[in-house]
Amino acid sequence: MSTEVAIVGVGLHPFGRHAPDLTGMTMGAQASRLALADAGVNWADIGYAVGGSNVSGKPDTLVGVLGLTGVPFVNVRNGCATAGVALATAANAIRAGETDLALVVGFDKHARGAFAASPADYGHAAWYGETGLMVTTQFFAMKDRRYLHTHGLKDRLLAQVAAKAFRCGELNPSAWRRTALSEDEIMGARVINAPLTQYMLCSPSEGAAAVVLARGDRAADLCERPVRLAAVAKRTRRFGSFEVFAPWLPPEAGHSPSVDAARAVFAASGLSPADVQVAQLQDTDAGAEIYHMAETGLCEDGAQQELIDLNETAPTGRLPVNTDGGCLANGEPVGASGLRQVIDIVLQLQGRAGARQVARQPRVGFTHVYGAPGISACTVLTA
Amino acid sequence: MTATAVDPALFSSLDPPRLAGSACASCGTVTFPAQAGCAKCTGTDLARVELADRGTLWTWTVQAIEPKAPYHPPDDGFTPYGVGYVDLGDVIVESRLLGDPAGFEIGMAMRLTLLPLWPGPDGSPVVSYAFEPSGGST
Repeated sequence: MSTEVAIVGVGLHPFGRHAPDLTGMTMGAQASRLALADAGVNWADIGYAVGGSNVSGKPDTLVGVLGLTGVPFVNVRNGCATAGVALATAANAIRAGETDLALVVGFDKHARGAFAASPADYGHAAWYGETGLMVTTQFFAMKDRRYLHTHGLKDRLLAQVAAKAFRCGELNPSAWRRTALSEDEIMGARVINAPLTQYMLCSPSEGAAAVVLARGDRAADLCERPVRLAAVAKRTRRFGSFEVFAPWLPPEAGHSPSVDAARAVFAASGLSPADVQVAQLQDTDAGAEIYHMAETGLCEDGAQQELIDLNETAPTGRLPVNTDGGCLANGEPVGASGLRQVIDIVLQLQGRAGARQVARQPRVGFTHVYGAPGISACTVLTA
Repeated sequence: MTATAVDPALFSSLDPPRLAGSACASCGTVTFPAQAGCAKCTGTDLARVELADRGTLWTWTVQAIEPKAPYHPPDDGFTPYGVGYVDLGDVIVESRLLGDPAGFEIGMAMRLTLLPLWPGPDGSPVVSYAFEPSGGST
């Protein structure tokens, strides 16, 4: 039987816009210290560390601030899936017997506005960027339009998802956007990439998140209610999936890496999507939350309309999704975003999510990140 | 005045405009632009092919705000532009779109055209490709 891994401490530096001189690294150190304190351990107790940042420096530099203990420290840079990959790396180090206590930290401090990407970084020639095709929000809008069209869903569903995100943000004291907006306000806002308006897209932001992982047999000593990392998996894209930064697609459809990563964690955990009582899905835009519900197996394609009309994805519903407001209400510091998701699920499973606490105490949670150029990481977490 | 391609690898001809891709000798997969390895079967024997110049609109959006660099705006400044994927039968190609977005619909017939970008060193236009509604059915 493989070694159990549990989350025994969490720490979040709130996402949003912060003082210009507050660095991503400093936020990462603060989140790390909060997670260590939550677990009741010291940095010197940590036998393995993994850190992720997309643009704000080399995470292993944090040892200069946290303490030069000689700890092995792996840096991860996998786009929006960074934190999921970091978590998997640390969990595997515990399973491999390298340590019984690990820290995972992610941070980023992004400039305002949409991400700018370099064609060369993604294997494209210069024309792809120069001619205005290499823009992430274009992909989100085009995948949404194709998905809504194929499954007979209405554009208004995008506004319903965004409105739910901001209602959750209102309930979450650490959220960036804490003002509820009506569907009409969201629909009527500035159009960025039709059919997406500004409130249907998450903004790059600043923040940090950290968790402490322990080998299962130590978890109960460190934490009153440890959360079991039942499974974690990461996958890259397959032939035929519609991905960001793709100059071409084959006519034959393939499934996304989210499908593979989700199937892998359900298979490994022995649980099924029907067992999930609270979920975090990559909502880089409102449409992403809609199709990720289906790609991860939480519902059938096209079933989202009824679920969302009935408010089933709100914290009071049958399948609460992104109860902390998700990327839409928190923005996305890329390196930290997936750990924010994990922290929200941990708080829900421990019954300490405050005003957004899911009513019937959940015991099974799920997280999902997706990023360029077609990567995904998922977890199943259990109380 | 002769136009210059923004990247010669994109075209098999500029007049008439035709895109160049590659086809895998083993499994027939067509890519755009041409590439050296097959994404489907991992084969490495790919031959350059000319792509169809007509297809149907598969999905689309409008870029309403100016992208950050490395986007290169036209000399007279940014104006919103259409972007989409056009299904050419054996490959679906991402493209700038010309024409009024109010008329764009998934499934509509499209044809290939040239997209003037900016003046080159000799004053002749540097061009990329675009698709525009062809009015007919394919």
